[in-house]
Amino acid sequence: MRGVGPMAADEMNAIEFVDVHKWYGSFHVLRAINLTVARGERIVVCGPSGSGKSTLIRCVNRLEEHQRGTIRVDGVELTNDLRRIDEVRREVGMVFQQFNLFPHLTILENCTLAPIWVRKTPKREAEELAMKLLTRVKIPEQAHKYPGQLSGGQQQRVAIARALCMNPKIMLFDEPTSALDPEMVREVLDAMTALAQDGMTMVVVTHEMGFARKVADRVAFMDEGEIVEINAPAEFFGAPQHERTKLFLSQILR
Amino acid sequence: MPTPATAGAAYVRRASGPILPPPLLSRGAIAWARANLFSSPLSSAITLALVAFGLWALPPLIAWATTRAVWSAPDGALCRAHQDGACWAFIAHKLDYLRYGSYPIAERWRVNAVEIVGAALIGWMLWPGVPRRGLGAVLFFVSFPIFAFALLHGVEGVGLPVVDTLLWGGVFVSLATALVGIVFSLPLGVLLALGRRSGLPIVRAMSVVFIEFVRGVPFITVLYMANNMLPLFLPPGWVPDRFIPPLVGTALFSAAYLAEEVRGGLQSLDKGQSEGAMALGLGYWRMTGLVVLPQALTRVIPGIVNIFIGLFKDTTLVAIVAMVDFLAAMDNAFKDTTWGGPTILPTGYFFAALFYFVFCYGMSRYSAAMERRRAVGRAG
Repeated sequence: MRGVGPMAADEMNAIEFVDVHKWYGSFHVLRAINLTVARGERIVVCGPSGSGKSTLIRCVNRLEEHQRGTIRVDGVELTNDLRRIDEVRREVGMVFQQFNLFPHLTILENCTLAPIWVRKTPKREAEELAMKLLTRVKIPEQAHKYPGQLSGGQQQRVAIARALCMNPKIMLFDEPTSALDPEMVREVLDAMTALAQDGMTMVVVTHEMGFARKVADRVAFMDEGEIVEINAPAEFFGAPQHERTKLFLSQILR
Repeated sequence: MPTPATAGAAYVRRASGPILPPPLLSRGAIAWARANLFSSPLSSAITLALVAFGLWALPPLIAWATTRAVWSAPDGALCRAHQDGACWAFIAHKLDYLRYGSYPIAERWRVNAVEIVGAALIGWMLWPGVPRRGLGAVLFFVSFPIFAFALLHGVEGVGLPVVDTLLWGGVFVSLATALVGIVFSLPLGVLLALGRRSGLPIVRAMSVVFIEFVRGVPFITVLYMANNMLPLFLPPGWVPDRFIPPLVGTALFSAAYLAEEVRGGLQSLDKGQSEGAMALGLGYWRMTGLVVLPQALTRVIPGIVNIFIGLFKDTTLVAIVAMVDFLAAMDNAFKDTTWGGPTILPTGYFFAALFYFVFCYGMSRYSAAMERRRAVGRAG
């Protein structure tokens, strides 16, 4: 199992991409990706649309398959072995742009579904944990409503709580605020900031540069399927090195 | 004060305006009739013409079925004397035969018991708000078929003499055929739909071949094939009861249609739903059972019920492989010469139509109620 044998050196890192390539048909969407995310590290990935940043983050829990190179998550290498994929997915929470809450279940049921069926947590215990996490994202009073009755910002906070109910080691955020009305972005970013302060390992694809500046340990810039530049936020925003980074920043920071 | 319309003027609202009810003219029966029945001269003409047609056509039909009908008579003589009314005495006289066929009179309580238990379980399973509906469903889909078969067919040695299926007939044969069709075709249809969308090429190919083949063949052909080909797939010397092949044919035929209906539901579901489930670590079967199917199936309830209604009516076709369903029992009843007369056939077929209509309309209303319930639950 994990934590023994020659893999031990990799145990230091939460996520490792080693020379990862991916193609959609003949389109080379990820090109020679090398990226290591340490435990407890917060990385923000940004870049123009179509740059492959969502594909990159979706490779971490195998919603997308890579075709070349190695991805290790929490020391487990991702292959076609379904059992290993499920093992990784249990430890990696994901928050989507479109929330992807289950509309036929209440908020509480959304949060307890996976703990009960995957972790085999007793129902009572799962509900207590869910209420604790719903309180943490400041919406315990919505527990018995359905997702369709909540605002976008509330739904996205439920999605964060739902992922946390599995007690994950790593959290992935795929443009979590892009589908929200402007007045709801703040509440979701606040929940994410609180999570970062608790020491969660996070990979966040976002255009919220204020969040990146404040929360990220490193910011990665992707373009045309490549990681063009990675740096600490102060250097990344203050003194970008690559021409494409400079151009991108000049376009989004007015 | 309303918002000023002056072009280019700045404006700041100082106080909120009142929230007003809609004007009276847009509500009430008269307003409804004016908007829906008499909105234009053509609309008014069509309304009046249809009302006139109803007044012309309906009263004679109602009188034929009620006031002018013969309600009780020992034989067909009275009915032959009253040729302008229905002969309900014939139905009353044949009712037991129409319900049980040639099932031995002393054993008919068994049919009643199965019907009562079945109705109770269906009620338990389908009535919203009844506790433990899941248990009701398990009893209905798993225990009830065994119970029904044991009671209807009989078990040697426990005081339930075997009743040969040759003697079965009438309403309970129609209901049994429809229920067996529904109980087996729904799970099979769901599996075929999942198979058709499977990533495994052989599973997918087999599902596609089955669906396209069964769908591309008339139901009567499926029945004949089930009757003649089923023994070929069984071990030699193993002869299925004559009742079995039509049931298998009915279930397979509906399953092919259901599979396509369910596939439509699966395809209408956003990909994010399965991705959300996968990201939580749910495996394929849990994702399918807990997240995908509950949503996909409720979306296609109208289509599923549509197929069930078709299945129920198609049970009349099993008569061609010599099963005596309700309609076949009616045809047999017509052969009784003491009841011969011009009003017997219209009465019998009118009654048969009512029978099928009541069941099909019931299914239709249930499906509509479920859709409304679902719409209310979601919108909030």
